[in-house]
Amino acid sequence: MGFSLDWSVFLQELPEGGVYYWEMLLSGLWWTLGVAACSWLIAMFFGSIVGTIRTTRSQPLVFFGNAWVELFRNIPLLVQMFLWYFVLPEVIPPLKRWVVAADPAEAQFLSATLCLGLFTSARIAEQVRAGIQSLPRGQRDAAQAIGLDTVQMYRFVLLPMAYRIIIPPLTSETMNLIKNTSIALTIGLAELTFRTREMGEYTFRFFEAFTAATLIYIAIAMTANRVMAVIERRTAVPGYIAGGK
Amino acid sequence: MQHRAGLSAFAAFIKEITLKRLIRISLAAFVVLAAPAFAQTLTGTLAKIRDTGTITIGHREASIPFSYLDDKQQAVGYAMDICARVVDAVKAELKNPNIKVALQPVTSANRIPLLQNGSIDIECGSTTNSVDRQKQVAFGPTYFVINVTAAVKKSSPIKTLADLNGRTISTTAGTTAVPLLKKYEKTGNVDVKEIYGKDHSESFLLLVDDRVSAFVMDDVLLAGQIANARNPGDFVIITESLRTEPYSVMLRREDPQFKALVDRTLGGLMKSGEIEKLYARWFTSSIPPRNVNLNFPITPALREAFKNPNDKGVQ
Repeated sequence: MGFSLDWSVFLQELPEGGVYYWEMLLSGLWWTLGVAACSWLIAMFFGSIVGTIRTTRSQPLVFFGNAWVELFRNIPLLVQMFLWYFVLPEVIPPLKRWVVAADPAEAQFLSATLCLGLFTSARIAEQVRAGIQSLPRGQRDAAQAIGLDTVQMYRFVLLPMAYRIIIPPLTSETMNLIKNTSIALTIGLAELTFRTREMGEYTFRFFEAFTAATLIYIAIAMTANRVMAVIERRTAVPGYIAGGK
Repeated sequence: MQHRAGLSAFAAFIKEITLKRLIRISLAAFVVLAAPAFAQTLTGTLAKIRDTGTITIGHREASIPFSYLDDKQQAVGYAMDICARVVDAVKAELKNPNIKVALQPVTSANRIPLLQNGSIDIECGSTTNSVDRQKQVAFGPTYFVINVTAAVKKSSPIKTLADLNGRTISTTAGTTAVPLLKKYEKTGNVDVKEIYGKDHSESFLLLVDDRVSAFVMDDVLLAGQIANARNPGDFVIITESLRTEPYSVMLRREDPQFKALVDRTLGGLMKSGEIEKLYARWFTSSIPPRNVNLNFPITPALREAFKNPNDKGVQ
């Protein structure tokens, strides 16, 4: 009993030939990074807008922002992924025509990116709102007193400080997003976890495959973490909240 | 150099053996030798079952009709019936009718590690016996033979595997169908696009919704999906085959006594024709939980395997 580990499995060829297992994992890594990067942009874009409008004094805007956050936050991510990929095209005929004709990988990438981007946008919106609301009321009053309109007030006074405050939770959110990309395997996107499981199934070397995947995920998440830490240091306002030691 | 290393290892070994240990070892040896019930010393899994009084069976939760949970959450199926015979044989061999049977659900991902680390003693499911896997585990005699093929809608123009050229098909991630399909594409000059479902029902859903033209998978699993569909008559399984694969129970490697017992038990079922009764119960009659009938009669390849019990793996 007991099993031996065989790390040379990464240098073996796939059953269909011509490709090695390490290359297969790497091909999954590119999809993971692609989905993570694109959905992060979507999440930051919509998260910032929705988070900001929830702090305005306009009733309809606040309602819209609340609805957005509750919609994307209250449905499990796994279910959202299923809805985007399997259900939405059934409801919208033109979309279905496109999905059937398109390259499957494109449709999966698009679904996964939109799903993760919007899901994460709800969480980032909450952080942006918390960041803005944590600012002293005096900042808003002062901005209005010097004659800035609402957009200018957010652009030049509130958001620059709010973003600095929320960098730590934003870092966690970014790292979560990277790891959440593995959910895309449920719609068949051949990302890192998908490839890892596939490799396990073919070689029966699950421990080796998952150890490699674990190390890769740690490396990506740590890199994101370090980048955010650098941004946090660089943008710190001396003497103000962020970066004060 | 090697000689000296051997010597020092031997010296260390001598140092390790204290008097107390010597007594304990000789006592144990005495007990084993004196036990008249066993003509030969038991090793491996049989010794483990004797010592623990328990045999642990690894079963699947959704491999219909091989090994799955029914409406009462009991593990049932064709493979489970076969394993019950193995348990009977173990009880007879150990002359202990009180051997307990423990059930441990396994997935396709953890079945091999759990077998190797001793969490389960035998896996009764739908595991393909392949030469690659035989490097890590052993198999009993083949109890089922599947064909990897495609299910299509009856209304579709696709009648052969070659007709799949230029189509989008679905298959289930992590199954042996995936590399087979890739190989077929290369050798048969066929170009298909694949969508991977995370499980068979999702891959089948893609076919139901016309998102794909075909679902490529093991024929018996296709039959299971079709039997459970809303309109089973809408679908048909292509008779061509990408490859045949033998299924069997999975055992630990280098465990000759237990392997011999399993071979003897399954071989006996096949020689006596009793296995056909077990087969009929699960493949050509209605089965729980929804009382559907798979209508999957014995294929010529399987009949051949019953006639000549063997544990040959597929390449």
